[in-house]
Amino acid sequence: MAEKLINLENIHKDYGGKVVLDNINLYVRDKEFVTLLGPSGCGKTTTLRILGGFETPSQGVVYFDGKIINDVPPNKRQINTVFQRYALFTHMNVYDNVAFGLRISKVKESEIKERVQRMLKLVNLPDYADRAVSSLSGGEQQRIAIARALVNHPRVLLLDEPLGALDLKLRQNMQRELKAIQQQVGITFVYVTHDQEEALTMSDTIVVMNKGRIQQIGTPVDIYNEPKNAFVADFIGESNILDGVMNKDYLVTFCGRQFECLDKGFAPDENVDVVVRPEDFELLPPDDERVQMVGTVKSVIFMGVHYEIMVETEHFTWMIQSIYETHVGDRVGLLLTPDDIHIMHKS
Amino acid sequence: MKNRRLASLSAYPYVVWMAIFVVIPLVLVVFYAFTNDAGQFTTANFNEMGSYTMVFVRSLVLSAAATAVCLILGYPVAYVLAKESAGFQRIALMLLMLPMWINFLLRTYAWMSILENTGLLNTLFSDIGLIALVNKIGSALSSSYVPIDHFQMINTQGAVILGMVYNYLPFMIMPIHSVIVKIDRATIEAAQDLGADDVTVFRKVIFPLSLPGVLSGITMVFVPSVSTFILSKLLGGGTTMLLGDLIELQFMGGAYNPHLGSAISLIMMIIVMVCMALMNRFGDGEDQAVML
Repeated sequence: MAEKLINLENIHKDYGGKVVLDNINLYVRDKEFVTLLGPSGCGKTTTLRILGGFETPSQGVVYFDGKIINDVPPNKRQINTVFQRYALFTHMNVYDNVAFGLRISKVKESEIKERVQRMLKLVNLPDYADRAVSSLSGGEQQRIAIARALVNHPRVLLLDEPLGALDLKLRQNMQRELKAIQQQVGITFVYVTHDQEEALTMSDTIVVMNKGRIQQIGTPVDIYNEPKNAFVADFIGESNILDGVMNKDYLVTFCGRQFECLDKGFAPDENVDVVVRPEDFELLPPDDERVQMVGTVKSVIFMGVHYEIMVETEHFTWMIQSIYETHVGDRVGLLLTPDDIHIMHKS
Repeated sequence: MKNRRLASLSAYPYVVWMAIFVVIPLVLVVFYAFTNDAGQFTTANFNEMGSYTMVFVRSLVLSAAATAVCLILGYPVAYVLAKESAGFQRIALMLLMLPMWINFLLRTYAWMSILENTGLLNTLFSDIGLIALVNKIGSALSSSYVPIDHFQMINTQGAVILGMVYNYLPFMIMPIHSVIVKIDRATIEAAQDLGADDVTVFRKVIFPLSLPGVLSGITMVFVPSVSTFILSKLLGGGTTMLLGDLIELQFMGGAYNPHLGSAISLIMMIIVMVCMALMNRFGDGEDQAVML
């Protein structure tokens, strides 16, 4: 039981007939960093709000530590939330904001003082106790919001796109800090984001959602390397997705020729989605004997670490990432090895 | 460049208007307050005011009472309203403002006919036997009881307060409502999330955040209440003279003495300004925009 701290079983949610969550089954282990990832409107925030107690599921059961908590109000849950736009109390200073939850649970003022100070130190704002909330920058407000939630020693911290409003550099720093804080305090984080990079760098487990359904649950490496369907492949990282036919186990046809692959278990000649990551191509001279397809470079964009190259072949225009420079109009040969090709059932 | 000059030119009519109808009269009020009939400088007008201390006290007390009643009645309305759907709120706010479309005097005359000794309410009370009942209980309790044939409602201080509350209640509800609707839903959820029950959420978050609206409501009710002059005449009879009536008397009435009237006006202005300054101090500089 302790293994599954949170367990969602067959959760459905609809607002006036509009289905927002469709049969969500999900568990979260103690001390795990779980990220709900998906485009806006996929139901990730609703799932988080169900955990926080701000929404009740239309159907299904929410277990917390083995007990059903469907109807337990937010103030009675051992779960705290970091809200999207921080939602700090603007009429209080930083200290009173962080002390809010402790005062409600009637902790002694001397202990409150100590815990608030320790928490401000944890979020790297030790001298901010007397500051007015309105005088803080976005990043600082975010840290106070995290301190305000963590100071109560919740079993689970829910974070609803907490870094969405910050600029790139600050966001990356905060990602590292959040991960460090999570490991330091040793509690469960459930994190909502639409940023796949954020999800990949921080999470133990990623839950990819779309249109109210869970698409895939797995570790960042699994999700990236073995996307279960075309949606996940497309949403996580860049992908080339095209139609193919699975002739038999380990053999697929697309772009007018057969390729060896590592996938099996499809019906004979089943129509499938073929997914190829742009960084998996090998670029060769067009007259190299190993070349499988030949194409013309249509555009080249310098991205820093690599070039993003669009190569038009007879059947498909591929997006390719290469560290070698090419020029528009160049003829290039393409090579894919069996483990570069991912086959997915049509959804 | 040309446009901007044109734009600043278009502000002049208002500036001229303000100069003629606000600044000059103010200067005149100050001038009159410090001179006598012969045009000589004097402070006698202020000394004379001593005999009207009761009027000052009564004005302040009645206005404060009306403001308190408005706050007690208005805050819950504003709070409940702010939780309703946007459409409902629009209609409800319009209904609240509806009486404002009727002339102030007309509304006050309507209250007179309701409160009069032979008015609507007294007729109703006598018809349902309430007055007879009171007489019965009274004579049973005391042998020297004098039976009544109506309740005295008009020409009381209570009637004046009622008039103030009736006329100025929307000015209490509006600013409070507009502040409460703007409170971020997430702030309330954050408080719940941190363990606050509904009462605590209200006490520690919603009420403190609505204070700018409350302060602005208090100002908007208190200031017109303290300077009202027709309400006390019509609903309070001659018995409850207020500052406004006193001033009117000095300019229009038999007591014609514009110098004294100016002095009283000046003092009243100072009282109002002090009140507003105090309110602003309480408001702590936050959301000054809602202040008047």
